[in-house]
Amino acid sequence: MTDTVDNTQNIPAPEPGKIQDHFDLFQNDEYQDLFAYKRQFEGAHSSNKVAEVAEWTKSWDYREKNFAREALTVNPAKACQPLGSLFVASGFEGTLPYSHGSQGCVAYFRTHLTRNYKEPFQAVSSSMTEDAAVFGGLNNMKQGLENAYTLYKPKMIALCTTCMAEVIGDDLGGFVATAKNEGHIPQELPVPWAHTPSFVGSHITGYDNMLKAILKTLTKDKKAETTNGKFNFNLGFDPYVGNIRELKRILGLFGIDYTILSDNSDTFDSPNTGEFKMYNGLTTLEETADSINAEGTFFFQTYTTPKTQELIAKDWEQKTYNFRPFGIKGTDEFLMNLSAITGKPIPQELQQERGRAVDALTDSQAWIHGKRIALYGDPDHVFNLTQFLLETGAEPVHIVVTNSNEEFEAEIRELLTNSPYGQEATVWGKKDLWHLRSLLFTEPVDLLIGNSYGKYLWRDTHTPLVRIGYPIFDRHHMHRYPTLGYQGAINLFNWIINTILDELDRQTIVPAKTDISFDLIR
Amino acid sequence: MTTVEDRKALVQEVLDAYPEKAQKRRSKHLNVAEEGASDCGVKSNKKSVPGVMTTRGCAYAGAKGVVWGPVKDMIHISHGPVGCGYYSWSGRRNYYIGTTGVDTFGTMQFTSDFQERDIVFGGDKKLAKLIDELEILFPLSKGTTIESECPVGLIGDDIEAVARTKNKEYGKPVVPVRCEGFRGVSQSLGHHIANDTVRDWVLPKADEYRELPDGFEPSPYDVNIIGDYNIGGDAWPSRKLLEDMGLRVIAQFSGDGTFNEVVMTPLAKLNLIHCYRSMNYICRFMEEKYGIGWLEYNFFGPTQIAKSLRKIAAQFDETIQAGAEQVIAENQARMDEIIAKYRPRLEGKTVMMMVGGLRPRHVIPAFEDLGMKVIGTGYEFGHGDDYKRTADYVKEGTVIYDDVSGYEFEEFAKQLNPDLIAAGIKEKYVFQKMALPFRQMHSWDYSGPYHGYEGFEVFARDMDLAINNPTWGLINAPWNE
Repeated sequence: MTDTVDNTQNIPAPEPGKIQDHFDLFQNDEYQDLFAYKRQFEGAHSSNKVAEVAEWTKSWDYREKNFAREALTVNPAKACQPLGSLFVASGFEGTLPYSHGSQGCVAYFRTHLTRNYKEPFQAVSSSMTEDAAVFGGLNNMKQGLENAYTLYKPKMIALCTTCMAEVIGDDLGGFVATAKNEGHIPQELPVPWAHTPSFVGSHITGYDNMLKAILKTLTKDKKAETTNGKFNFNLGFDPYVGNIRELKRILGLFGIDYTILSDNSDTFDSPNTGEFKMYNGLTTLEETADSINAEGTFFFQTYTTPKTQELIAKDWEQKTYNFRPFGIKGTDEFLMNLSAITGKPIPQELQQERGRAVDALTDSQAWIHGKRIALYGDPDHVFNLTQFLLETGAEPVHIVVTNSNEEFEAEIRELLTNSPYGQEATVWGKKDLWHLRSLLFTEPVDLLIGNSYGKYLWRDTHTPLVRIGYPIFDRHHMHRYPTLGYQGAINLFNWIINTILDELDRQTIVPAKTDISFDLIR
Repeated sequence: MTTVEDRKALVQEVLDAYPEKAQKRRSKHLNVAEEGASDCGVKSNKKSVPGVMTTRGCAYAGAKGVVWGPVKDMIHISHGPVGCGYYSWSGRRNYYIGTTGVDTFGTMQFTSDFQERDIVFGGDKKLAKLIDELEILFPLSKGTTIESECPVGLIGDDIEAVARTKNKEYGKPVVPVRCEGFRGVSQSLGHHIANDTVRDWVLPKADEYRELPDGFEPSPYDVNIIGDYNIGGDAWPSRKLLEDMGLRVIAQFSGDGTFNEVVMTPLAKLNLIHCYRSMNYICRFMEEKYGIGWLEYNFFGPTQIAKSLRKIAAQFDETIQAGAEQVIAENQARMDEIIAKYRPRLEGKTVMMMVGGLRPRHVIPAFEDLGMKVIGTGYEFGHGDDYKRTADYVKEGTVIYDDVSGYEFEEFAKQLNPDLIAAGIKEKYVFQKMALPFRQMHSWDYSGPYHGYEGFEVFARDMDLAINNPTWGLINAPWNE
């Protein structure tokens, strides 16, 4: 446990002239005294009372009350629809995401994406206020589209909605048509629109709605007599830009002609050349239009894109495939099927990589075997991680998915049931991170896998955290690495295994006490 | 051409890119500061122009994110769909001392996570039940605020009725805050709405709610710190300065503040206000109702700190005045040392700023203490009184931009080519891609504190590391040079 290490005992006196910021300044006696003095005005509970209640929150009694919640959500692991809409829209060439409704929402989406990627994220709003609540948002939309088009010269405006526009019932299709007919924007400018109320689904739902709208708009009347020999690939709400690049590398090795729907890898990882480029979406509108003529479409996130998949399977009458190229077996299955579908052999280079990834797993297997794990995140993300953990001999125990659904839960339960390492697992659908806190206290595990918000659980329960997911605000550059394919498996494994080893060091770092196990070689 | 004419031409050039109607609207928000003017010559606090990429947020952000959110021992419910609470969760670094989840709740997200049925049938019952559940799971909370999101106001829920009922039932404050995001033109109305809820729902019962410290006796030196949100711990060096000069701070509202501190505020002799924009309303009310005066101060950089300490001290007796002089004198040497170290590295460097609240003016002298020049500044959500106050801070020729759009900001930066841009997270990487050093002026770029003498040391260090870091020199590939 990390709390056995008391690093606060010997804070060295500051060197003269050293600038102290919040990390050390407030630990000085004068500030500690200030805090103590301030407390008298706070109406604070006694320290004993706080300690007593803190202890109670760790109990089974608290857990039962916590799980009896019906109305309250605390620390949910899900965002709302437009975030996913903006995310997917930004992968298309010259595309400006546009959020129709009140303006605060888009400030939040831009902030959130920017904090995760440390990249600019450009999107606009129709800035609706109270008068629009009464009269509707048509005027705002007309002006908004005209201004955005004139200033930012997009090739496409991808329009989604906020709650406000949804509750007042704005007619998006009608509004866009009016804006075009009145000459605010050119008739030929594609403006796909999607209803994305935050009170339905989550960010993955918004991803699906926006992608479907974009594909429908751009492929209208583009169906040709023959296929174009290409395959479409969709990664879903996958925060790792490294995955798109890894997939493209794999497809390149195979020699497969492809279209990524949508390729936002440069949107969220653009080179610094001293020149700011507003649009970095890599999927061209032309190839998107032609995606209707592909041989087939591969989806890597079953539960993110059901509507888009339905569009492609039914309206486009195209073959669709669901694969999960994560971990060893997931990647094996994908590559074998890709080979079978395209008639191209699995490249030697990938076969070598498989060997190296498996080698990495066997090298470290002793340190992960039987480790009890808690994890949370979006359905497909959690599924992929679970599958990978099971094949390394780790034991998933608590699996929390706030934006869950029944089909997902059935599929992951089957996966767990069929593995000897999945027998301890419980899938907690529609639960949040405050539920998970109770789970971690009452049934402790060795490791927690989640996004940055997991750090609060780490602090409270001392369960070491591996940051995998979205958002990751407090570690840098994670998104640049692939988690997909064999290379991705090595990255995932590296993060997991070295967190375990770091934690062992933290536990054994007290001189003359725990450091008998502070080993040089592990 | 003079600088003023030159820059006015630049403003016009930037405006030319807009469609006619938008140009007309935006032209009133852009100007160039002129010597001796009583304001900055811009309109403000108007609706943002649709589609131009404003940086503004909403009333909810102002009420929950800014004013109420930092009150650490209350639970602030993001009432409505999940997004608003999710995006604003732990986003502002309002530091506080407490056991999170037990007696304090600052870095948690509480939401009613509205679903379609709540929109159709209304959310009041869910809200009532939610508050019951809060009572069971978080018994040490000192009360609840309900920050309503857009749908709540549109479907006609009566959150006030729920608040009254639950207030009676539990004997703890339940404050309904009607801060739906479509209200007003920016965060600013949310500040005002939140201030009004303190006036209407809290202060009338302050005597009933208040828990006085043991042996509390009123003192002529009792003051409140109002509108310091303790970002990166800012309020603490501020508090220390005031205590060191002999004053007694009986409440911080709201950074690291508690509900009890909110109800302590009427006992003070003077409200010391850091962020005028977001908290002037409650100060004016307290002046009218309780006769408590208020005073704005600026604790950025040694020049303004000394000025502010003397201004504050002038409201009190000689003991306090002597105390202020002593504090200033005690810190002189270390300030001289910091300036001697950093000024040569920063002398003459130019800055463009764009922030909220008070910083577009208050930080200017701190830059000047380091020899730097602010050549452009503007507010996300300022009002006329902010721009009036700004006129005292800016030099002739400073470009003034109110509610600047992404396009305008980029164009101004391209033309003026400052050495540093100081704005928010949404702007940061746009400019860093342009090879322009940048510091976030909302979050201090995860550093801080920047207030007080200790804060100025951190500020000086950070401006230096932003501008003089060697990575900027790597951007141009040698084969392109």
